[in-house]
Parts: sequence; C-alpha cells; structure tokens
Amino acid sequence: MVREAAHTLKKSLLWDLLTTVDHKKIAILYLIAGTLFFGKAGLMAILIRIQLMIPENTFVTGQTYNELLSMHGTIMLFLAATPLLFAFMNYFIPLQIGARDVAFPFLNALGFWFFFFGGLLLSLSWFFGGAPDAGWTAYVPLSSRDYAGIGLDFYVLGLQISGFGTLISGINFIVTMITMRAPGMTLLRMPLFCWTSFITSMLIVFGFTPLAAGLALLMLDRMFDGQFFLAAAGGNAVIWPHIFWIFGHPEVYILVLPAFGMISEIIPVFSKKRLFGYTAMVFATIVIGFLGFMVWVHHMFTLNLGPITNSIFAILTMLIGVPTGIKIFNWLFTMWGGKLRFTTAMLCASSFVPTFVLGGVTGIMLAMSPVTHLYHDTYFVVAHFHYIILGGIVLGLLGATYYWYPKMFGHCLNETLGKWMFWIFYIGFHLTFFIQHILGLIGMPRRVNVYLADQGWDGMNLISSIGAFMQGVAIILLLINVIYSAKKRPNHR
Amino acid sequence: MSETVDVSRGLPAHPERATLEGKNKFVGFWVFLSGEVTMFATFFGTYLGLRNGTAGGPEAADLFHMPLVFIMTMILLTSSLTSVIAITAMKKNQFKKMKLWMWITFFLGVAFLGFEIYEFVEYVHYGLGFSTSAFASSFYSLVGLHGAHVVFGLGWVLLLLIRYNRAGITLTNAPKFYMFSLYWHFIDVVWVFIFTVVYLMGIGGG
Repeated sequence: MVREAAHTLKKSLLWDLLTTVDHKKIAILYLIAGTLFFGKAGLMAILIRIQLMIPENTFVTGQTYNELLSMHGTIMLFLAATPLLFAFMNYFIPLQIGARDVAFPFLNALGFWFFFFGGLLLSLSWFFGGAPDAGWTAYVPLSSRDYAGIGLDFYVLGLQISGFGTLISGINFIVTMITMRAPGMTLLRMPLFCWTSFITSMLIVFGFTPLAAGLALLMLDRMFDGQFFLAAAGGNAVIWPHIFWIFGHPEVYILVLPAFGMISEIIPVFSKKRLFGYTAMVFATIVIGFLGFMVWVHHMFTLNLGPITNSIFAILTMLIGVPTGIKIFNWLFTMWGGKLRFTTAMLCASSFVPTFVLGGVTGIMLAMSPVTHLYHDTYFVVAHFHYIILGGIVLGLLGATYYWYPKMFGHCLNETLGKWMFWIFYIGFHLTFFIQHILGLIGMPRRVNVYLADQGWDGMNLISSIGAFMQGVAIILLLINVIYSAKKRPNHR
Repeated sequence: MSETVDVSRGLPAHPERATLEGKNKFVGFWVFLSGEVTMFATFFGTYLGLRNGTAGGPEAADLFHMPLVFIMTMILLTSSLTSVIAITAMKKNQFKKMKLWMWITFFLGVAFLGFEIYEFVEYVHYGLGFSTSAFASSFYSLVGLHGAHVVFGLGWVLLLLIRYNRAGITLTNAPKFYMFSLYWHFIDVVWVFIFTVVYLMGIGGG
C-alpha cells in the first residue's frame, strides 16, 4: 500500500512537471535542464583540458577536438547559462514585483519546451554524423556546406528552435514587469534583480531576432543553395560575422546583467546596508544595454573594415567601461563600513567584483584596435571572456544558488561544503585562466588541438588543466551538497 | 488590476485592453513587433549589402515591373485601411460591420498574395532562380519573408473569423482581433519599406 502510494506520488510529480504552467515549477525545470547542459559542456571543457595538458597529446583527434570546443561554447552560452539565469528570473521576478505569476503562463511553459527540445536536437548531432565543428561563432565559409558536415545543420535548426523559446520568455518577462507590478511598486522601486532582468529581456528581443535572421540565411545557404555568403555568386562572407556579433555581443550582456542583479541582491544583505546608489545602478544598467548594441565590430577588428570604423567602435567599447565602473564602485561602497558576513553566497558575490574587474580590464585592452591584432585569436581572448563568463556569470549564479536555495527548496545548503566548493572553484578558476593571459601574450593561438613541446607553453598548460579539474571537483561538491543538505534538512512535517 | 469588468451596460471604450489579459497581450504584442523590426532590419541590411551581387544574372532594373508593384502596394495599403474600419466598428460594438470589413481585409490580402506569387513565378521565368546570384537569394528571402508573414496573417484572421463567427464582440475576442490588426499594419509598414528600398531603389539605380 505504502509503495503504491509512493509510486503514484512519483508519477504525479513527473506528470505535474511535464504539464505545468506555474512559474515556480517552470523555474525548477529550467534549473534541472540548465544543470544537465552545464554538466555536459563542463565535461567537454575537462576533455579539452586533458587534450591540452601535455604537448603533442593524442587523447582526441583534431576533428573531435573541434566538435568538443564548438559544442562547449554553444551549449554553455545558449543552453546552460541562459536557462540557469531564466530559472532564477522565472522564480523571483513575480515574487519581487508582487505578481501571482508571469503575464503568459502558457507561453512560459512553451518557451521552456522550445528551449529544451532545441537543445536536445543540437545534442542529437553526436549520434547523426558528428557535432558542429566550426566554433560557437560558426563563421562562413568554415560553416558552409563545403567545409562543415551535417553537424552545422543541427546547429542551425537547434539554435533556431531554442532561440525562439528564449525570445518568447524574454517578451513574457517584459510584459510581466510592465503590467503586473503590485500597487505602489513603481519602476524605480523595483528590486535591482528585476531591473537587470528587464534590460536583459529587452536585449533578448532585439538580439535574438537578428540571430534568427542570420541562422535562417545560413540555413538557406546550406540546405537550399542560397548564395548569401559565397563570393563566387556575388555573396559576401563578412555579412555573417556582422549579423552574428550584432546578436553575439548583446548576448554577453544578456547573460551578465542578471548576474549583476544577483550580486546587487546578495551584497547589501550580507553587508547589513542598503545598496549604494540604486538609481545610478538602474541607469548604468540601461546604458550598458544601450551601448551593448553599438560595439559588435570590436569582434571583427582584424577584418580591416577601415581605420574610422575601427576607431569609432573602439571608443564606444571603451565607453562601456564607464557604466560598468559605476556598478563596481557601487558594490564596493555598499560593502564599505558594512557589517560583513562571509557566507558562501557573500564569498561568491564579493569575489565576483575583483574577478570581473580583471575581465573588464582585459576587455579594454582588447578594445584598442591597433594592438588587438596582437591578441586576436590567442589564448588572451580565451582568458578574457572566461573571466567575464565564469568569473562573472557563474560566480553570480553560484552565489544566487546559495542565497536563494532556501526560498526555492525550503532548506539551506550546507555552509561547510559550500565554502570548500567556493575556494576550490575560485583557486581552480584562477589557475586555469589567469595563466592563459600569459600563454596568449607569448603567442599560443586558440582553437588548436596540439602544440609542440619546448615553446615555453608546457608548464602553463599543465597548470591550466589542473585548475580545470579543480573546478570540476568544485561543481561535483555542489551537487553532493544538494543531496547532502536535502537528506540532513530539519523535518518540519 | 482590473480582474473583472462590468459589461452589463455595453463594452468599455477599449474592449481590447479592458482586462488584464487583454492589456498583457497588447503590451506583449508591441514588444514582439519591435523584435520583428530588428529581424526585418537584418534581412534589409543583407539585401542592401548584396543587391549588386548579380553574378551575371538578371538585375533589378531588368526585372521589376512597376505597374504591378504599384497595384500590389495599393491593395495592401487599402487592406490596412479596411482593418482600421473593422477595428473602429469593434470599438462601437458593431459586430456584423467588423466581420464584413475583416473579410474584405482578408480577401485583399489574398489578392496581394496572388500577385506576389505571380511576380515570383514571372521572375523565375526570366531566369532569376533562388540560387542564381546573391541578389536573387537576398531578394527572395526578404520579400518572401514578408510574403510568409502575409500568409500567417491570413491564416490567423481566417481562424478568428470562423471561430467567432456568431460570438459577437466580447472581452475575450476583442484583443485577438485587435492584435491581428496591429500585425496587419506592421506587415503594411514593412511593405512600404520594401517598395522603397527594393523596388524604387532597384529601378532608380542608387
């Protein structure tokens, strides 16, 4: 009898999750799906680092290496970071603005399933003739039918479908925050996490639509003999990087702005002070979102679009440092003179600040178009964007996980395990990526699967790989913590 | 939040926005359309970048037949006007009048679509296949995307007209008809840009 009851409970839970339109349950779905994709892409990163651990390694072939690095980037950006952020946005935006649910609960579920099946379609490529192998940027002609296999078709279609889901969710969040705020909740009283999510959703609306157009063009070229990117019939390959980065640069802000919001929620709580400069934070967020659309050419400086174009985009890129700097100082001033309590969430949030500054400083270096020819396509770029994405977004996500876990699941995560996780992750992260700045500056190109010994790269690559393993251990510790804390939770029932 | 609206003394002045659901759809649809703008802008940009890449195939000036395009433009602009008349009738709670003008909008849209298909078929006969040149690919994808939007809009309004054939105007279906008319105006505006950027600039050089 008891077993039967447990069985029906289990079955109904699964059925409930599959058919739900409730924002909290969809948030849990996003959390689970995002964690699965994050684990998959993280494993790929470990495989990449095993391959690069020693010179002239033959752990994976060049083709497999290309597939690994392409899928690692694509999954991390589209199918891991985005849904993990959406999990928290789905759960907390309605709670923070005092609404019962999002504006369109059905579309909310639809968006999730579009995202999930798009991601699944992309992942299926491994079993049907190989994964995409042209990098997450899929530049033509490398991604054209002549040079890339069927994996790129999975890339085009999978991202088109999952991107549509992301767009639906973005529109949903915007409408929720415009029409469904509780009485008295004026726009400038919204919590900062809502504000950053709002701007992120706007960037999704204006960023994912050009991506949809670009993917459609690539699809027409690959499957229907279109001539957009082939010079032989009057096409132009430079159109692809333009379209891709018109989406791709805002994509970085799509991911980092909600992380900014999370940091802005955590730091005041554990400093026992109000957030310093709320209004400045809001306007800095808006300015970052606005400028984010005007800097895409800084990814294309080496395409030689001319000195004037390059100068304009270099200056606009450096301008983004101003609102970002405002945010950094506001976080510092929030902590200044506060009663600081270093829980795991606060450790993540406060260490986010210097790590992100490092990523920002190398960003300014990369923005200088004359010298960027030196850094371009080296490990310096890899180090730069991992400082932003891991040191910025993932630290924000880890902090938010520890901070909001009790609200979502009714019990805290274990602090001792949490602190172990944080320190192993943080030290591992810097071991992996700090050294890659130097590797890049002494000339190691990115996206290579082997390198010769005795170029001064051997030791640094080994250290970098050891750091990657430490990060893997830290994430396993987090998963252990989830199970451990669930078993040890005080039973209120 | 106006969860319940009193309809015992007729519909409110803006039946499409009277309920929270209607208001959500109203705001959401505007946001969606702004995203559509950037998507069309990307296709326009691609066309502008590739319109001289004819690779020895037919050029814009050889192909475009302005009287036909002018008739198409007039049909689509008129259909936008008839949808406005329909929405005005909706706000006055004149269901039959709204239905009539929506049907007229529908048939004008069908006429436009027929001319567009005819136009594409003619161009293919002139030797402009989809894969002939970069100009051909970008022309067909931009104008074809607009045509796909017209097809979607026609299917949408047809479903609404059949589904609510005898329902009268309610707070449930008023937002739906209104959203369709917004979408139809958007298609119309995009066509004005296509007319200018593709056709006028095509025959006028530039």
